[in-house]
Amino acid sequence: MYTFSKRLKTFALVLMVLGALGMALGLWSAPKTVEQAKSMVVSHDTHGEAESHEVAPADEKQVVVIEGHEIEVGGQSSHAASTDESHTADHDTHLLHQLQNKPWAAIYVAALFALMISLGVLAFYGINRAAQAGWSPLLFRVMEGITSYLLPGGILLLVILVLTSLHFNHLFVWMDPEVVAHDELIQGKSGFLNVPGFLIRSVIYLGIWIGYQKLSRKFSLAEDNDSTTGSFVKNFRLSAAFLVLFLISESMMSWDWIMSVDPHWFSTLFGWYVFASLFVSGITVIAMVTIYLKSKGLLPDVNDSHIHDLAKFMFGISVFWTYLWFSQFMLIWYSNIPEEVTYFVTRIEDFKVGYFGMIAMNFLLPLLLLMNSDYKRLNWLVVMAGIVILVGHYFDVYHMIMPATVGDQASFGLTELAAVAFFAGLFIFVVFTSIASAPITPKNHPLIEESKHFHY
Amino acid sequence: MANKVIHALYNDDDILMMAVKKVRAAHHHIDEVYCPFPVHGLDKAMGLAPTRIAIAAFLYGIVGLSVAITMMNFIMIQDWPQDIGGKPSFSYLENMPAFVPIMFELTVFFAAHLMVITFYMRSRLWPFKKAENPDVRSTDDHFVMEISVHDNEESLRALLEETGAVEINISEKHS
Repeated sequence: MYTFSKRLKTFALVLMVLGALGMALGLWSAPKTVEQAKSMVVSHDTHGEAESHEVAPADEKQVVVIEGHEIEVGGQSSHAASTDESHTADHDTHLLHQLQNKPWAAIYVAALFALMISLGVLAFYGINRAAQAGWSPLLFRVMEGITSYLLPGGILLLVILVLTSLHFNHLFVWMDPEVVAHDELIQGKSGFLNVPGFLIRSVIYLGIWIGYQKLSRKFSLAEDNDSTTGSFVKNFRLSAAFLVLFLISESMMSWDWIMSVDPHWFSTLFGWYVFASLFVSGITVIAMVTIYLKSKGLLPDVNDSHIHDLAKFMFGISVFWTYLWFSQFMLIWYSNIPEEVTYFVTRIEDFKVGYFGMIAMNFLLPLLLLMNSDYKRLNWLVVMAGIVILVGHYFDVYHMIMPATVGDQASFGLTELAAVAFFAGLFIFVVFTSIASAPITPKNHPLIEESKHFHY
Repeated sequence: MANKVIHALYNDDDILMMAVKKVRAAHHHIDEVYCPFPVHGLDKAMGLAPTRIAIAAFLYGIVGLSVAITMMNFIMIQDWPQDIGGKPSFSYLENMPAFVPIMFELTVFFAAHLMVITFYMRSRLWPFKKAENPDVRSTDDHFVMEISVHDNEESLRALLEETGAVEINISEKHS
């Protein structure tokens, strides 16, 4: 039996408090009016970025000129002069929306990523249950602990989505009737992309995941006091059914919650791509929590072979993620169809370092760090590779959301860090509370002996 | 000089594994074990050095990657640049996405084939080579453990009988 250590609990609570403060500050300091937005951009704009010049009215261009960007401004001013008054006004509102979105997008990315980790673990757990895997039952309580985050995390995400649909922010432009009225493409998609449908679907996805999590956990705990294999068989059937529903709901979740921030753009393998991301993040967190608990002397039966297997999954799914990323990228890059290629043009123009750095972190580093068989048994190395993978996949989600919602105003600053801290704190708090609430090693699981003597 | 060797035959891989551990615990050197199929963990039980084929595979993969890059840079960029799909090939880096599948395939191709060839060479296997296994049943349903005899025939035979060998033969090895 594990007890949630005081120190870790304090750490989690401090993270949550600091994170909440930082997020509140971010929301409070977001601009309320167009004027505020414009002045923010000019005062922050020491690089003289082309976009901000375009939206800045004549008097503020002077300021920029004084700062010593004559050449760029000269090029831009002729461009700006050709745009009429309403066009400039459009740009200004757009800028305001981007800056208002910034703290919301930061919170949304962190909330989504934490939920995705938990969901990835749920999928991994379901697969192990449905496959009646013999190596993993020792880790089931760890996985159940991590998936218990789905309930609070899901509710928080739902709150964000409801606030968004009430126009507290403009993360999803298709929710704005003004935008839809002038956009034929979104009108054509409004049968799917409408607020009631969006919220109902979101509730259904979360309902499927949380329902499976709660039921499976119940059967798993019942197993400890069960002399027959009844609970085991029930859990097996439930998991097989869940996996079917999971693939459908996960894929649709990725369209609703992520792909629809770019409502014009679509990719048919996006669901898989998001799945690979959440799956590898989830497995990484299983490995890290297991190694942490093992270092505390719990989980004595978990041996090097278990860690080795988890590290193999981290390695393999990282490569799988790269395969999907590249499959999506290469086809769009090669065909170069304007409505598709905008997705990558935005990311390469405004997010070049972050976007390609993220790919290096998610592919090259895990590939090289975890390739050697012996390294997969070094706990510290698995943790280091795990940190790289988690940071990399946070930035994967970041680059899914930010370009469409915040655009070239995006940066990784205090609000982003605070949002990560808050959700990391909440995640640690919920996960370890849940792990502490039940015996850490399952009893009476028919394959538990095989798991204890697992040798790859 | 011909060496005397003892061949102990087993008909089960679990019994064989136990036997290997017992023989090693009695400080006898096992020359070789001939199996009809790979037995998991036998290499460790026999005390064989860990394989270095993975290191070779990594190096072969790098060779394959280099060959792919050099080859395509010459063919597609230097020798005969073409404009494919509105993407003129003047720079390797700009056209790289199109080359990635080939880079991947040749990495795998080189690593896989050279690894197999290395394995055959290290195992001294080549076409028309005469089989080394002392008893043809080792290709069917028996496991053969080979131990050199150094004037300890009787004690060795007793030990092997104890480990569950179904048959024990002593023969001269000519090599």
